[in-house]
Amino acid sequence: MTQSPTVVEVTAGAVSLGGRPILRGIDLEVRRGEVVALLGSNGSGKSTLVKAVVGLNPTTSGEIKLFGTPLGDFTRWSRLGYVPQRSTIAQGVPSSVWEVVASGRMSHRRPLMPLRRADRDAIDAAIEQVGLTDRIRHQVSTLSGGQQQRVLIARTLAGRPELLVLDEPNAGVDLASQYDIAETLAARAAEGATILVVLHELGPFEPLIDRAILMRDGRILYDGPPEGVSAGHDHGHHHHPPVRTPIGPRVVAPLDGA
Amino acid sequence: MFDVLTSQIMLRALIAAAVTGLAAPTVGTYLVQRRLSLLGDGIGHICVTGVALGLLTGTSPTLSAIVIAVAGALLIELIRSSGKASGDVALALLFYGGIAGGLVLIQMAGNGAYALQGYLFGSITAISWSDVWVSVGLAAVILVLAIALLPQLFAVSNDEDFARTSGLNVRFYNVLISVLAAVSVSVAMRTVGLLLVSALMIIPVATSQQFARSFRVTMFAAMGAGTIAALTGVSATAFMDAPPGPMIVLVALAGFALTAPVGVLVQRRRKARIPFAADVLPGELEENPVEEPHGHDHGPGCGHLAVEHGDHIDYIHDGHRHAVHGGHYDEH
Repeated sequence: MTQSPTVVEVTAGAVSLGGRPILRGIDLEVRRGEVVALLGSNGSGKSTLVKAVVGLNPTTSGEIKLFGTPLGDFTRWSRLGYVPQRSTIAQGVPSSVWEVVASGRMSHRRPLMPLRRADRDAIDAAIEQVGLTDRIRHQVSTLSGGQQQRVLIARTLAGRPELLVLDEPNAGVDLASQYDIAETLAARAAEGATILVVLHELGPFEPLIDRAILMRDGRILYDGPPEGVSAGHDHGHHHHPPVRTPIGPRVVAPLDGA
Repeated sequence: MFDVLTSQIMLRALIAAAVTGLAAPTVGTYLVQRRLSLLGDGIGHICVTGVALGLLTGTSPTLSAIVIAVAGALLIELIRSSGKASGDVALALLFYGGIAGGLVLIQMAGNGAYALQGYLFGSITAISWSDVWVSVGLAAVILVLAIALLPQLFAVSNDEDFARTSGLNVRFYNVLISVLAAVSVSVAMRTVGLLLVSALMIIPVATSQQFARSFRVTMFAAMGAGTIAALTGVSATAFMDAPPGPMIVLVALAGFALTAPVGVLVQRRRKARIPFAADVLPGELEENPVEEPHGHDHGPGCGHLAVEHGDHIDYIHDGHRHAVHGGHYDEH
């Protein structure tokens, strides 16, 4: 494993959003073929970090390299596949499952060139991998949350990337779809893909994670085998003290805050 | 009556209306997708200054309108992409400045109110053949770019972040959509007038998206709806004393109003087809690290009340909330 080339390399990375420092002193290395989970509570900076890795958040200092190339000079975008946490795919004008997944081929296509055979095959294969072939002509906004998440993953898989970066693919997704998503990613990992996935908790992903990174307050707290995360009984969030009210549990929820 | 329809004036009006009705909704589809339905209105306001400059300097008002509209569109895109909360107010200032500046300039040009009226409300029956050919040419440019670059423009409008990580030049395509909107406004200015310009870009899209399941079908159906509305509106003025521009917009709106009840039904039927997530539960899980008293995996439809908690779902049983967490459960 240590002989594999580095796919993602962050050196002394720092990110500020709107003038407020979010990430400090991040050193991160993901090697080819690794499946790495990025864990932490809400606000720990894990989403900010992956957005910086895929070039959506500029770094204020430090350096990020993808496949050995500094992000500023990186042009081989077809090697990268990003799955955002929230997407706008279901907003505005109706769009079909096929159309959204087809936009995952943009890194392979040149403007004004028609769709090639290879593009069509990759789109169909990606939709099949997430089990949505029977909904290929359906309108994305009429699908369930779990199905929409699978559309997002298919869109990325259609680009046949070597590196997959997923931001909370389980958020708002039913348990059955979570297992389906984990299975799809396990298949990609078995084929040699490198995966960096932001998770709130390992859940159905546990069997495929090689390494876990725990973040808190914009820093990396732990980096090692996934068993080590729970050994310290630190799940990256604070448990709330039990609050009992005679009214009912639904009333408790707003008091929990975010 | 037939003579009226085949007269030169009517022929020119019908051609200009048809190309406007065909081209405007293509750009409108991208604007609706990007939630910028009112962008056309804003550009229309700025265009008043462009028309006034043309009248003042004695050059073609259409030409100066295009130049000012494109400049305004670039400025709008710059303000919008800066992403600041104050951007919204900055745009409002720009729009008011455009219309007020235009009105003052037109007064200075001397022939004031009358000349302006043709541009504010359209003057499709007063256009020359050269105006018609300019409209046809500009509409062709809009159609070719909007359709040939559809995969790129769709990707950018549909999910900007993802498009950026695909290596697309997001800023270029955003600017292109704004410039196409500016050119559409300049073309539609003669047909429906600056105050109603946006209507011809947006209403056909609103009508077609009720039925379409895909972006492409929405766009092409909107082009059809726009053309029909434009031709019907102009034709109607041959039989009744009504201004053509507002007539076109009313016909387009009538098309929307008539189809809306059907559209609601279609959407409701599609949503009803979403399956209950409960129809597949991971019942045959091999490893289950949960000890008693948890007899089953909680999931949608498991019979316990589900409570959203931050980014996961807790299930209530035996008087407490139950949170799946790492390899174990927390009892809250």
